[in-house]
Amino acid sequence: MADPAAAHLLRKLHTLILDELHALVTSKRGVLLSLAMSRIATLAPEMRRIGLSATVADADALRAWLVPSRNTPATLVMGKAGAAPNIRILDSVERVPWSGHSSLYSIPEVYGAIKSAKLTLVFVNTRSQAEMTFQSLWEANEDHLPIALHHGSLDVAQRRKVEAAMSEGKLRAVVCTSTLDLGIDWGDVDLVIHVGAPKGSSRLLQRIGRSNHRLDVPSEAMLVPSNRFEVLECVAALEAARVNAQDTEYPAVHKLDVLAQHVLGRACAGPFAAHQLFAEVTSAWTYRNLSREDFDKVIDYVATGGYALRAYERYAKLKLTPDGMWRIAHPRFVQQYKLNIGTIVAEEMLKVRIASVRKRLGKRVVTGGRVLGELEEWFLSQLAIGETFLFSGEVLRFEGLDEFGALAIRAPGRDPMIPSYQGGKFPLSTYLAGRVRAILADPSSWKRLPPQVRDWLSAQRWKSLVPKANQMLIETFPRADKHYLVCYPFEGRLSHQTLGMLLTRRLERAGAQPMGFVASEYALVIWALRDLSLMIESGRLSLARLFDEDMLGDDLDAWLAESNLMKRTFRNAAIIAGLIEKRWPGKEKTGRQVTVNTDLIYDVLRSHQPDHILLRAAWEDAADGLIDVHRLGGLLKRIKGQLVHRALEMVSPMAVPVLLEIGRESIYGEAHDALLAEAADQLIDEAMRLV
Amino acid sequence: MLFSPKPRTNSSTRPCGLSRSHKITLGGVEMLPDLSGALFIPEFRTLIVADLHLEKGSSLARRGVHVPPYDTRASLAQLALAIAESLPHHLVFLGDSFHDGEARARIDAADLAELRRIVAAHDTVWISGNHDPEPPADVGGRIAETLILGPLALRHLPGEIPAGMCEIAGHLHPAASVVQRGHRIRCRCFIGDGRRLVMPAFGSYTGALSVSAEPFQALFRDYHVWMLGGKAVHKFPAKAVR
Repeated sequence: MADPAAAHLLRKLHTLILDELHALVTSKRGVLLSLAMSRIATLAPEMRRIGLSATVADADALRAWLVPSRNTPATLVMGKAGAAPNIRILDSVERVPWSGHSSLYSIPEVYGAIKSAKLTLVFVNTRSQAEMTFQSLWEANEDHLPIALHHGSLDVAQRRKVEAAMSEGKLRAVVCTSTLDLGIDWGDVDLVIHVGAPKGSSRLLQRIGRSNHRLDVPSEAMLVPSNRFEVLECVAALEAARVNAQDTEYPAVHKLDVLAQHVLGRACAGPFAAHQLFAEVTSAWTYRNLSREDFDKVIDYVATGGYALRAYERYAKLKLTPDGMWRIAHPRFVQQYKLNIGTIVAEEMLKVRIASVRKRLGKRVVTGGRVLGELEEWFLSQLAIGETFLFSGEVLRFEGLDEFGALAIRAPGRDPMIPSYQGGKFPLSTYLAGRVRAILADPSSWKRLPPQVRDWLSAQRWKSLVPKANQMLIETFPRADKHYLVCYPFEGRLSHQTLGMLLTRRLERAGAQPMGFVASEYALVIWALRDLSLMIESGRLSLARLFDEDMLGDDLDAWLAESNLMKRTFRNAAIIAGLIEKRWPGKEKTGRQVTVNTDLIYDVLRSHQPDHILLRAAWEDAADGLIDVHRLGGLLKRIKGQLVHRALEMVSPMAVPVLLEIGRESIYGEAHDALLAEAADQLIDEAMRLV
Repeated sequence: MLFSPKPRTNSSTRPCGLSRSHKITLGGVEMLPDLSGALFIPEFRTLIVADLHLEKGSSLARRGVHVPPYDTRASLAQLALAIAESLPHHLVFLGDSFHDGEARARIDAADLAELRRIVAAHDTVWISGNHDPEPPADVGGRIAETLILGPLALRHLPGEIPAGMCEIAGHLHPAASVVQRGHRIRCRCFIGDGRRLVMPAFGSYTGALSVSAEPFQALFRDYHVWMLGGKAVHKFPAKAVR
């Protein structure tokens, strides 16, 4: 569409079909797509739009999204409902762990289920879970069943091989992440096992739909909770799936960085008048509320960077000609645009290759061979030579980096340092969270739970309290030489982390001397040096004040200013908006690509033009995503006047899981100086040791 | 949720402050590293800053990469703070002070005035660098290839050290990283053995090169780094960093 010939090529387009629409609209890809649709609508006014989706909670939102703003929503056509799925939760004979996500306890039973099915898909939530589950299944695999691994980090060729083997019926099971969620049907899957809680009911329905992928045959699925809270979550998900209830997903709207990319693309196709493009852009549902002022700011940004200091007029990308049209200033900007198109900003990844090690002239020479896949640069950069990690279903020994990426050799039988690389972490959906709270609040529904979980909740009722559905329980208790505060919002890890940051600041001001916090999907624990129970009892600390909504004002601003989170969202916005170029593998070395570290740009921009449009884009992304402010805001509203406090002598049963996460979880925050000092101290200890 | 930007109280982007806990000694001369990346030598009342790369932003803008045009302003604000910390008589720019030959022509009038003010207030020496082999003559100060301060030779490119001398150089933009509790922390740093010290880059848009990279391995065998944290300078031996 950035080509001048696009107008001619697209003029007779009559139908546009968008498959899996629900999955598109929540991301910046969907926002860019909606802008493209507004452009095509201008070029081909006769075009009809069709959206398809099998898992949608709020069909009206998608109907509005699909058509030009202020039009009547798209007509809704409902397909025939399929057979209801058969879902069960693994009722393990083993002890379900209190915390953690490994699900190792269930491996013999999962293996048994694989043996009795023809082809099983084993879904997990993260790549590291996939590696671990695969490794353990392989160890349990006495019958030498063909079991494969499939996740987004593996080399494409390897993934295609697995897919081919699946459709040829050569496999009995595939351990996979969301890479097999959507799309084509490979093979005759007759069982879906979900290891770990599914986090959302739509995701669960989508995944179990992979088995017996025909409408008249019920899907077969088994859920394997990896800890006690996940048992509750699995029960909630199962009930939601039975009534075919979907999570409401909110379409992403109004992304200024995406608009900047679209404006540059529009200029590549030919000159445009600002008022015409504004009308076209606001005809997209996603930008229906865009103000002309913001639109003009985006044009100014694309043209010269949008700075108060008008330093770049002579280096403009767009020029306003006397006829009132914006034109691209130089053909090389067209090329620059085409290289940077798209909204997916990947982490910086490095290829992992199998190395061969030889001795030559007494020196150790390492050369690279076959590519296994890609891993995040930050993960690889903290490995030392000789350390082992789990990747691609094998234990690998790190042999260093060369200019093409990382080198590793196979190290079977060694203990791997488990890969902690991120990716594919989903927060618990708001809808499921509500169902979990409802199950908790209603002891008569506990009979549906496995006995060991039932006992756990009964003990909680005995020793502390089980909150009602609209309440939030807060417990305080001493342990060792510290004092703990645990609360149970059930709003997902991201919003709990934000809450933890903000509460810690407030407790600091109240003189409670907080030392740290850890957030899980369900709960938040903060520990402090002062006796929190006593402070609350004596009225020195008011819980209602502590959890007041006003924490989303100054406290949030002050924290974000110091936080590294904003730098991450700023980098994404800067790349999508075309401020800096994407890094292309192999090109970094030639120096042809000009890059400045976006952290440095962020610091300079924040102190010299804090109202710049890209900082606004980054802030809005952080609020939506990494810090989940909207959900936290909803939580604070919900619990107003609904706090129940228990001052306990000791840790309660429900608090155990999140307390176990302490220490396993890496420390949070920006304590870099503290870590540097600690590293230096350790060296001193080492030096001073007498033996 | 409204976006409510709050400008910071000053416009420097990096922390500032002299470290008195980790002095650096070279040729018997004691020196104090500053968190900003400057180096103060009390004995000579001299402040040294390396690799400012002024107008790097506008240099990129010429190619259509419109990074914020405030890098010169930010670097100068930083420099003013480092000066206020150490109150030097002499100011030495250790080369690559200007990003390219046309930087002087592109610099904003207000920024140029601030630079001239700083230069005029001190006995200033511009060491020439590879980016600025001929630093502009109309900003004030003197221009030199090398400056000798007692046993110390100050120059941009590290090179052969004359017998009985020590060297302070820039050019390489050193950074070091430490892994602690699963976190990798990377900071700009000073790197030195007993005879040579390479300074971190001072400019607000300057990137950095890890001390494990080839150019440093060719210069140093056994060395220490002084890493610039947010609140303190941290000293590590070579084996502890990458």
